Amino acid sequence: MTLQEKYKDLVDTATTSGVSNLKVREQDGVLYVDGDTSGAVKQQLWTLYEKIDPNFLSGDLVMNISSVAGVNEGAKLKVTTNRSNLNIRKGPGTDHEIIGKAARHEIVSLIRKENDQWWVIKTDDGEEGYSYTQYLTPIEN
Amino acid sequence: MIKLHSSKKIIMKKLITSFLGIAILVLAISISSCKSKPKDADIKAAIEKALAADPMSAGTTVTVEKGVATIAGECKDEMCKTHCADMVSKIKGVKSVVNNCAVAPQVEIAADDPLAAAVNDAIKDFSGVTATVTDGIIKLGGTIKKDMWMKLKPVLDGLKPKKVDPSGLTIN
Repeated sequence: MTLQEKYKDLVDTATTSGVSNLKVREQDGVLYVDGDTSGAVKQQLWTLYEKIDPNFLSGDLVMNISSVAGVNEGAKLKVTTNRSNLNIRKGPGTDHEIIGKAARHEIVSLIRKENDQWWVIKTDDGEEGYSYTQYLTPIEN
Repeated sequence: MIKLHSSKKIIMKKLITSFLGIAILVLAISISSCKSKPKDADIKAAIEKALAADPMSAGTTVTVEKGVATIAGECKDEMCKTHCADMVSKIKGVKSVVNNCAVAPQVEIAADDPLAAAVNDAIKDFSGVTATVTDGIIKLGGTIKKDMWMKLKPVLDGLKPKKVDPSGLTIN
């Protein structure tokens, strides 16, 4: 079975659910699926992926579906860390000094996107710096 | 009288046979001349059949006008583009090939150093997980809870790795 066949349901769902800039490419035994969509569709696709390949063990799919492409400056973001507070740093990387913290489930504002991993945010207390996007969830209207 | 009649018959028969022979010959010539100049639609069908049988040429389309075949679509790489045009040029009736195939961009894979730094940032909050990066492949180790793994894998896939290998990771 080819990778396209294995993940046909996933690709079909991505196509019909309105994933923009959808790219599906196979290279050296790995299928790459890229695109932009809403948080809900992203969740749906990841659930489907886990159903086809339990625990993602095969390592034959890299799914880079972003749900934050449409998030703009000034957007409100919820701090969704696993347990701890979110570090606010001087620069984009964990090697940069911590200059502030945002509490779990606190709402902060997006100032600027440095890259896909690091955004400049500002808390209501006026603390501003770089935080890891993994722990920031846009509040969908 | 009878003899003469039968010899006349033989002559007639011979005449008919030779006439038939000529007719068949003329027909054969006209068919073969037809074959040496296939119609555009037939050339197109032949090319499409050849393209469909060749996995390298998936994603390409063809149009034919007065024997000139124009191929379009997306090829995997430069080699595939050349191979595709070469194959089409060998099909009977094709006078020339216009190659409008675009080469699909390669999948962008992050370089190891920035990728390793980004992976370290990503797994920092997932205690018990280790990772190494070699040639774009993120190899994971340690242990993780399933709900946390469901959160981590999308983050790792977003870092543009070549592959995420969880074979050494214990998921419970």
